[in-house]
Amino acid sequence: MYRYDEFDSQFVNDRVSQFRDQANRRLTGELSEDEFRPLRLMNGLYLQLHAYMLRIAVPYGSLDSAKLNTLAYIAEKWDRGYGHFTTRQNLQFNWIKLEDTADILAKLAEVEMHAIQTSGNCIRNVTTDQWAGAAADEIADPRPIGELVRQWSSLHPEFSYLPRKFKIAVTGSPNDRAAVKVHDIGLRLHLNDRGERGWEVLVGGGLGRTPVIAVTVRDFLPEHELIGYLEAIMRVYNLYGRRDNKYKARIKILVHEIGAEKFRAEVESEYARRPHADTKVEERELQRISAYFAAPKFEKLPRWSATFEEARAKNKDFANWVRTNIAAHRADGYAIVNISLKPEGGIPGDATADQMRVVADLGQRYSFDEIRVSHHQNLVLPHVKRDDLFAIWKVLQASDLATSNIGLAGDIIACPGLDYCSLATARSIPIAQSISRRFADLNRQHEIGPLRINISGCINACGHHHVGHIGILGLDKKGEEYYQITLGGSSADSASIGTILGPGFAGEDVPDAIEKIVNTYLAHRQPGEEFLAAYRRLGPQPFKEALYAAA
Amino acid sequence: MTTNATEKGKILTANRLRDGEVVFLTHSGEWSENIDGAVLATEPQAQAALEARGKGDERVNLVTGTYLFDAERRDGHVFASHIKERIRSLGPTVRVDLGKQAEGKGGHFAALQGV
Repeated sequence: MYRYDEFDSQFVNDRVSQFRDQANRRLTGELSEDEFRPLRLMNGLYLQLHAYMLRIAVPYGSLDSAKLNTLAYIAEKWDRGYGHFTTRQNLQFNWIKLEDTADILAKLAEVEMHAIQTSGNCIRNVTTDQWAGAAADEIADPRPIGELVRQWSSLHPEFSYLPRKFKIAVTGSPNDRAAVKVHDIGLRLHLNDRGERGWEVLVGGGLGRTPVIAVTVRDFLPEHELIGYLEAIMRVYNLYGRRDNKYKARIKILVHEIGAEKFRAEVESEYARRPHADTKVEERELQRISAYFAAPKFEKLPRWSATFEEARAKNKDFANWVRTNIAAHRADGYAIVNISLKPEGGIPGDATADQMRVVADLGQRYSFDEIRVSHHQNLVLPHVKRDDLFAIWKVLQASDLATSNIGLAGDIIACPGLDYCSLATARSIPIAQSISRRFADLNRQHEIGPLRINISGCINACGHHHVGHIGILGLDKKGEEYYQITLGGSSADSASIGTILGPGFAGEDVPDAIEKIVNTYLAHRQPGEEFLAAYRRLGPQPFKEALYAAA
Repeated sequence: MTTNATEKGKILTANRLRDGEVVFLTHSGEWSENIDGAVLATEPQAQAALEARGKGDERVNLVTGTYLFDAERRDGHVFASHIKERIRSLGPTVRVDLGKQAEGKGGHFAALQGV
């Protein structure tokens, strides 16, 4: 399990006392808002529509029960009894008071948590596959590399005032679950013929107002060169990235403006210029970090669990849940449990303090004390015995956490939108709720099959609408909310940006529109063909006709 | 009180510094959590005065992020023109159990419905 070393612990505690002092000076007026804002943002504290919002880092989406129980405690003591898991694998509290924040940060520090690198123009906390260390298809756990990048980037003086925020995602699996192609830098693990590890380095992906798929600048970077090479990329970006216009300041714009070839050449030349010995990742250091993420001691179990098979045969609801919410584990007799935070009509990603405690307890009892947050705003118990699945499902069911819709129409990504966010132009959550209700019939969801519906309440795209199979973007037209629909996006291996279908819709008309799109797919699909594949074969035309044909 | 009279103008709002609570400037120069307590400035001069007052209260660290928004007063109650301000003055539309709307400070118009 990931843990802090002594250095980190000291650093976070120092940061808490610094922030306590800064907040006090702000409250007494020694610091102006302009002076204080960057300081609070460096500690994840935003000012939103109704109150301050605290964004807490969940590095690599990894939690243990003590951490999750602490989040539950904070939710009840200082917030309104719930939290919101985000598409950055973080957790946000929506009702925070400035005067309480230092106490909250101190409470977090007790369990090695913080809100550093969740805001500002720095290298943000690294995200990864929520099934890291557990997935059957994984080459290696990507989290040690994420942590290596974190240790290199935290408070790095050269990269603390970048032109704009900078997001790095890492995957250790050939099936990308970390959306590496839509991050500023994506790292993807490969093995060569000799079984050696190397990282594909992708640069310049991103969503927001200018969605771009990343380009590969290195196919196979030896692991020990990783930090040196990342540093070269950061230097090129820091030097050439635009600072005159915040909308053109992300690295994707630089890559786009000078072209991938030129960008690659700049990076290579910078890399060649640097003494590599300074930045070589030493095997010993990597082993030290990897030890933090050592796999639990799995028991030798038969692949087949009689208890599980019997329960599945006897209970149809359980069998349905197993179909969608369980993923293959690398150890025989184990499974990955995906806990949906998307009940029918619910708020995507929201969990109550009680629900957090239930999941924390399950993680402790059944999953080697590990819990994960996915960028789809769900939770994961990564290492569960198949023998225990039925018992876990019963507990989840009692807490409204057993919806069997992972990857289906009801598993909607939605940003907080105009209900909470001061940047939003329209509400996202009510749209997610209405679609979720429209597709409430789980049998129908299973019949439709894999479908990603992603909703953002503004062009900044926190809800990843560009890479939803169906994407919905909420905008403001003369004070009224309206919603633009895109089709064909994906953040997986064959990543693509969705295409706008046509004129937008009023909020109340969105569920009908989505239903027409889904029905068009059902009418045209070939046996076994999933939504995205069907769209790619058919193109937008039949969907446009269904949506915009004269009534 | 006049009935059916509609006054259009601007209201000064901010977030209270210590807790982020949404507040509105009142006639007496206090900050109210309830939009109905807000002073509605109809003339540019009065609006500028509100802004100046707000900047002053930012300087003494009562509030932060002051700005004017369009609103109207009907039958003594204040209605924000834009949905964002209606949500700020009530609370999240998806959690009507939370925020001003749940605390009896939600002004005099119904919560926005989910869609």
